[in-house]
Amino acid sequence: MGKVQDKPILSLTNLKKIYGDYHAVNDVSIDIHGGEFITLLGPSGSGKTTVLNMIAGFEFPSDGHIIFQGQPIDLLLPEKRNIGMVFQNYALFPHMTIFDNIAFPLKMRRVNKAEIIRLVAEVLDLVELGDYADRKPDQLSGGQQQRVALARAIVFDPPLLLLDEPLGALDKKLREQMQIELKKLHTRLKKTMIFVTHDQEEALVLSDRIVVLNHGKIEQIGPPNELYDNPTNEFVAGFIGESNLLKGQVRSSESDLAVLKLDDGSEHKLELPGQVRSGDKVCCCLRPEKIILVDDNHTDFHLTGVLEDTIFVGETKRYTIRIGNKTLLNAREMNIRNKVGPKPGDRVKISWEPESIKLIQSTSI
Amino acid sequence: MLLVAPLIIILCIFYFYPLLKLFPESLYRDGHLSLENYNHFFRTPLYTFILFRTIRIAAETTILCFLLGYPTAYLMASVRNPRITALMMLCIMLPFFTSILARSYSWIALLQTKGFVNFVLINLGFIERPVRLLYNEYAVLVGMVHIMLPFMILPIYSVLRNIDTRLVKAARNLGANSREAFIRITFPLSLPGIGAGVMITFILALGFYITPALLGGPSTLMMSTLIDQQVNRLGDWEFAGAIVVVLLASTILIVSIFDKLVGLDKIYK
Ligand SMILES: Nc1ncnc2c1ncn2[C@@H]1O[C@H](COP(=O)(O)OP(=O)(O)O)[C@@H](O)[C@H]1O
Ligand SMILES: [Mg+2]
Repeated sequence: MGKVQDKPILSLTNLKKIYGDYHAVNDVSIDIHGGEFITLLGPSGSGKTTVLNMIAGFEFPSDGHIIFQGQPIDLLLPEKRNIGMVFQNYALFPHMTIFDNIAFPLKMRRVNKAEIIRLVAEVLDLVELGDYADRKPDQLSGGQQQRVALARAIVFDPPLLLLDEPLGALDKKLREQMQIELKKLHTRLKKTMIFVTHDQEEALVLSDRIVVLNHGKIEQIGPPNELYDNPTNEFVAGFIGESNLLKGQVRSSESDLAVLKLDDGSEHKLELPGQVRSGDKVCCCLRPEKIILVDDNHTDFHLTGVLEDTIFVGETKRYTIRIGNKTLLNAREMNIRNKVGPKPGDRVKISWEPESIKLIQSTSI
Repeated sequence: MLLVAPLIIILCIFYFYPLLKLFPESLYRDGHLSLENYNHFFRTPLYTFILFRTIRIAAETTILCFLLGYPTAYLMASVRNPRITALMMLCIMLPFFTSILARSYSWIALLQTKGFVNFVLINLGFIERPVRLLYNEYAVLVGMVHIMLPFMILPIYSVLRNIDTRLVKAARNLGANSREAFIRITFPLSLPGIGAGVMITFILALGFYITPALLGGPSTLMMSTLIDQQVNRLGDWEFAGAIVVVLLASTILIVSIFDKLVGLDKIYK
């Protein structure tokens, strides 16, 4: 994966888009390297499409710069950018056959007829739609239309491909299948892809790096495992995967043990990562699957609580544990041994590996 | 398309039904069943000339309405500010609040020898003495275009408005400049609206009466004014019936030729 030494193919620097007095995109800076699969992840309205629109040239940035292959393209017309795009809901030309849809970018580039026929056939093969060249878009299923949109966006071999929630309209099963195909395509074509989704699982599965957007701002950038294991703030911790947040104030801290007073008033003695001082307000993130329920006779544990509820979900069991007065923790355990677990109402001791608990920035401290 | 449907129904009731009532009438001459009325029509050069003039003026009206109406509809559809769109729509619809009669008379006021147009032309030095602008085909054409224009604009506008804006974006993204995107995407997708507008304008223009009567005068007879002359001046209902049937048959013939060429079924897809 790209590191600082090779020049980025696309650089967004302090990109802004302001509608009236609304900041749809606010100070976004990303360096994207050749061949990278990068995902813009964020809830609806977080500015993902607006970022893509500025890269594609449909919107001009209110501020900031876009450098593509070493050239500033802020004010370049969209047709001069040579960037492929797959639109949300595909935007296939309804009056043209599949062949003509895919041939369109080639015709615009004045490619000769024989070459057009060859290239279209090649890309139709790639997306396994060879027999559909003469159909109209409305005669294809959603998944097939999706593949046509993809074919049309790559047939002219753009160095960069933008995909705006391309799988959003498909049902779950088809979506998972398309994710795999997309990943294969990426490996095969080695194209730089910027993929937009609001689905965190999809982002985790596909991406080399994920850019988490919220209210037009970047919350965190990093590879999937890093975002999952080391979220830097509450938004990322909550948006990617499930997490338990322990919020409170450090009452005292000596060597590696601190006394944490949770917001519900209860006090707990536990090991906190990093340097904390008495009086610090902190927010700790603990993933449910990192929590280990230990036997009552164990002495090596971090917290005690009361089991409120158990849900059996096939391969896992989910526990809801109350610690302190009303702080609830979710824990997850693989259903490996058919051991009889604790029952609701039982006191339980919970433990975790020391590196599993993370200090993160909280929005509400 | 919804804008057009009621129009078609109104056309059927108030236009075709009375025409069909007149058909039996046309088959009698002096109380006897005969084709004499039709014979008379097609053997008299003046009448066939009037028929072709009517078709030609209707076609010219349609073409002019298209040339003026399409850009207008396009502009209306591309404006993204709803208040400006509403204002433009009001301007298009405003003429409907005034009677066709009043609008035709206002053209008389503008075009007459001592009218506004002559006044301006003289003062700008283009002409020395007033020219006769009224009671010829051009006057009829101007008046007809003015009245028919909304019937062209509205269906085209409604189709243009519903074209997904992302299609043009996609075309631009794929390398088309704005002109190519228009030619290859917007225009072909607006064909159903053009088809509907052309049909309505042409059919209405073929049978239009008030404007030719007022602005064309007796020297520029069209089928409708000819029918009026036969009925109101000469009281010849039987011959008038034959003219009506000829006009109807021509309309149907031309519409079906148009259908063969363009495929009207595409309009309703
Ligand atoms: N043309 C526009 N005018 C005003 N506001 C807009 C416009 N386009 C987008 N927005 C606003 O900007 C925000 C971000 O939109 P968008 O980029 O489409 O979000 P996403 O794709 O992440 O769902 C939204 O709140 C949206 O309402
Ligand atoms: Mg979006």
